[in-house]
Amino acid sequence: MSAELLEGSEALAKAMISAGCRFFAGYPMTPFTEVLEGMAKHLPEVGGTCINAESELEAIGMAWGAAAGGVRAATGSVGQGLSLMQESIAEMCFARLPLVVLNMARGQGDYFQATRGGGHGDYRTIALAPADLTEAVSLIQQAFHFADRFRNPVLFMGDYYLAHVIEAVDTGPAEFEPLPAKDWLLDGSTSGSGKARIISPLMPVKRNAEVFVEYGDYLETSGDKIAKMEQGMAPLYEAGFCEDAEYVVVSYGTPARIIRYAVKQLREQGIRAGFFRPISLWPFPSSALADATWSAKAVGVYELNAGQMVDDVRLALRDREVESIGGISFDDSGFGIAPELTPAKVEVRIRDAMSRLGMEVAV
Amino acid sequence: MTDILDTSAPPKRKARLVDDFEPSLILEGKHQLCAGCGEPAALRSAVEMVNELGLTNRAVAVFGIGCYTSFSPVMDLEVAQALHGRAPSVATGLKRVQPDSIVFTVQGDGDMVNEGLQEVIHTAARGEAVTCIMLNNGVFGETGGHMTSTTVLGQRTKNTLGGRDPKQHGFPIRMAEMLAPLDGVAYVARGATNNAGNIFQLRKMLASAFEVQRDGLGFSFVEILTMCPTGWFIQTGEAPDYLGERMASYHKPGIIKDVRLETEAG
Repeated sequence: MSAELLEGSEALAKAMISAGCRFFAGYPMTPFTEVLEGMAKHLPEVGGTCINAESELEAIGMAWGAAAGGVRAATGSVGQGLSLMQESIAEMCFARLPLVVLNMARGQGDYFQATRGGGHGDYRTIALAPADLTEAVSLIQQAFHFADRFRNPVLFMGDYYLAHVIEAVDTGPAEFEPLPAKDWLLDGSTSGSGKARIISPLMPVKRNAEVFVEYGDYLETSGDKIAKMEQGMAPLYEAGFCEDAEYVVVSYGTPARIIRYAVKQLREQGIRAGFFRPISLWPFPSSALADATWSAKAVGVYELNAGQMVDDVRLALRDREVESIGGISFDDSGFGIAPELTPAKVEVRIRDAMSRLGMEVAV
Repeated sequence: MTDILDTSAPPKRKARLVDDFEPSLILEGKHQLCAGCGEPAALRSAVEMVNELGLTNRAVAVFGIGCYTSFSPVMDLEVAQALHGRAPSVATGLKRVQPDSIVFTVQGDGDMVNEGLQEVIHTAARGEAVTCIMLNNGVFGETGGHMTSTTVLGQRTKNTLGGRDPKQHGFPIRMAEMLAPLDGVAYVARGATNNAGNIFQLRKMLASAFEVQRDGLGFSFVEILTMCPTGWFIQTGEAPDYLGERMASYHKPGIIKDVRLETEAG
């Protein structure tokens, strides 16, 4: 396939279909609505199913059923809708079911929801946050691969900007390592065989299995599952101008794209700034961040919230000065458009921070 | 036809116990539910009808959360365990991606009518080709006997100690009658497990519901009144009559809708 000019939401829909997604359910809420529209338009063309669910609770329930049927499935919403889905996200982790959940977030206030989880019990979900559309169509396909590989829901973090930016992108299928066949899927074929399958958050096998796993013992396996996922996936990140940087700015998602530009502008003026962008919010690229900031005297975290990812940066860099230089920024649309997010304003924030710390920022 | 028993001499083999009659699709007959519970007979009827219709190797059960959930690991049918209230949406997704399967949910009245009422109504209205089975004992049995939305007026539960009073607790919901008028619904019936005759009728209802699904006629629903002497705080032996007199007078057993008959009648 070759690149075509597409709006973000439609590009995401096409990329999901390229990844083999054949079931989608959702409840409209801007800017997730636009992705739902894309799936409603394009999924039937390949024989897939897109259902306009009655609520976010039912959307993820339907996707749960489709995933249990062995089909690549996805759902999503904005952070508010994901709040409603948390019970199912947590329990699908326990049931070992793959799923891709899009959070087309309004702003960046959902970092904790994505990385700490709003649900119950011991679970983790991989969370992928692209900075632009080219990366987004690649990451959304990786999301399906990771979900199947680890049999665990994967979060994809988008926003209003990503849904509406128009860029030339190739949404064709990406290549991945082959995965084992889904020998656990439900289609009725093992019923009556004496070895009927079960997909349950409560137990992995039926009573007559050679080794039955009691409920408490099954819950205790969650820790191993999380560890396997964390060890089995290299955290994703991008770093720039960090080699001799005095000050490194950490940012993710759309704002990181602006930060990258602002840091480049500062470098052209001879100011020793660098940037670091976590692409996987979980697992968080802690050791890569430590490596990238080895020369930095201080680290600033730019995120469009009251300070959430800054906790992970502090955990990764316990010997370094870390401060928040972002903040909550909303226009009155409520969709997560941030008046503060302009290259000029961002550049001023970085300059001010460096200046406060006594670093050279004169032009 | 049954042979007439020869009573001139003692039977040649030992008397058979319930366990000796384990249906082929039950892996382990020794259930953990209370004595006098109506749910084992209801579930046994459902899996036997699946088997009799030759649908076994297409069948997937989607379980809700309640006492009956303990059957999900002992049935030799594929099972998707859903959350409390969420079985109809899970069944919807499963059926849509595996259209040749026969998908039925098993939910209680607390699961379906309290927690997940919206799910079953929309699944019915969409005319999803799934069968929803509601085991209605009028209480949250698993928590030890608390009021649900189907608890009949006057019934004492742990949170309606003086009996269900409509002024304070509202009126019960008749689930079968609520679903029947929806256009996507092809079959609705309410059966009961309180005596052999009713179980015989129930088996026919379950068979009809599965046939309706098999033939792609739309959504099918069977509500089953089941005894819960523990949650009703009565003697085990009194439960069948209590069901017949108290529950069945409000939630009346019978076939409420069958589109196959409507078509025949023109």
